[in-house]
Amino acid sequence: MRFAVLQFGGSNCDQDAHHVIEDVCGVDCDLVWYKEGFSRSYDAIVIPPGGFSYGDYLRAGAIATRTPVMQDVRQHAAAGGLVLGICNGAQIGAESGLIPGVFTINEYPKFICEGVYLKVENASSPFTSRYTKGDVIRIPIAHKEGRYVAEEGVPPQRLLDEGRVAFRFCDATGNCTPESNPNGSTLNITGVLGEDQNVLLMMPHPERASESVLGSEDGKKLFDSMIDYCERR
Amino acid sequence: MTITVKITISLKDGMLDPEARAIQHALSNLGGYTTASLSTARVFNVGIDTDSSEEAKRLAAEMCDRLLANPVIHSYEVEAVE
Repeated sequence: MRFAVLQFGGSNCDQDAHHVIEDVCGVDCDLVWYKEGFSRSYDAIVIPPGGFSYGDYLRAGAIATRTPVMQDVRQHAAAGGLVLGICNGAQIGAESGLIPGVFTINEYPKFICEGVYLKVENASSPFTSRYTKGDVIRIPIAHKEGRYVAEEGVPPQRLLDEGRVAFRFCDATGNCTPESNPNGSTLNITGVLGEDQNVLLMMPHPERASESVLGSEDGKKLFDSMIDYCERR
Repeated sequence: MTITVKITISLKDGMLDPEARAIQHALSNLGGYTTASLSTARVFNVGIDTDSSEEAKRLAAEMCDRLLANPVIHSYEVEAVE
């Protein structure tokens, strides 16, 4: 089993994700520079977890989306491979059409970096099987353009009903309230699964919450779920 | 011949415009500027090598569809300037 973490100019947290996958979870993982592309097949591809690819020029993720390597990522997803997009990776993935909707500028337009509570809405996807539906987990966010806006014709409630929502912002007791929604996302949605559930795009950073020394291990279950899925596949 | 095309990208009607809201608030704080509405837009002036303004506008619209705008949240207008 082998995972890949993509790197664009301006990415960050790529090393963090690589560290968690390889050193904490024990799975081989390559850092792949976007210009070099994929020289082999991978079980899972992580779109770079953070930063500002191409300086966020135009829109967050807009230019990285149009690079040839993202065509390979779309093909990997279409063939059933796992794709996890975190933060800037979620913006890039949404721009690439891997999920309906976009992550755009926060309701209050400033950068937010803080720990938040997430409610697990779907615990049967390849990314969330180690959780239980309704679990409340704590994972940090760090973004200015993370407000989920649904696409016309794809109502967010339908995404929820169809199990396409992995995570929603909530309070410490699991209530998804306006007060617990840090960026104004539609229905507090912050983790959306692709149609076949092999793609997850999320704004919170599980790689920053995968070791007790960092204050939370809640994010590690996400990577472990992916590993479980790849082992069974 | 180069034809310059002015491309204006705006948020679709009904889309939240947080920057506009913050600017309205700041104008209000300056004193006296009560704005009934305010929206932001982004303008690109693109020079296109062609003799036909129709062709220039067609290419500009294609640029919007493929990169400059995100159809989920944006609408755009294309105008040949010269």
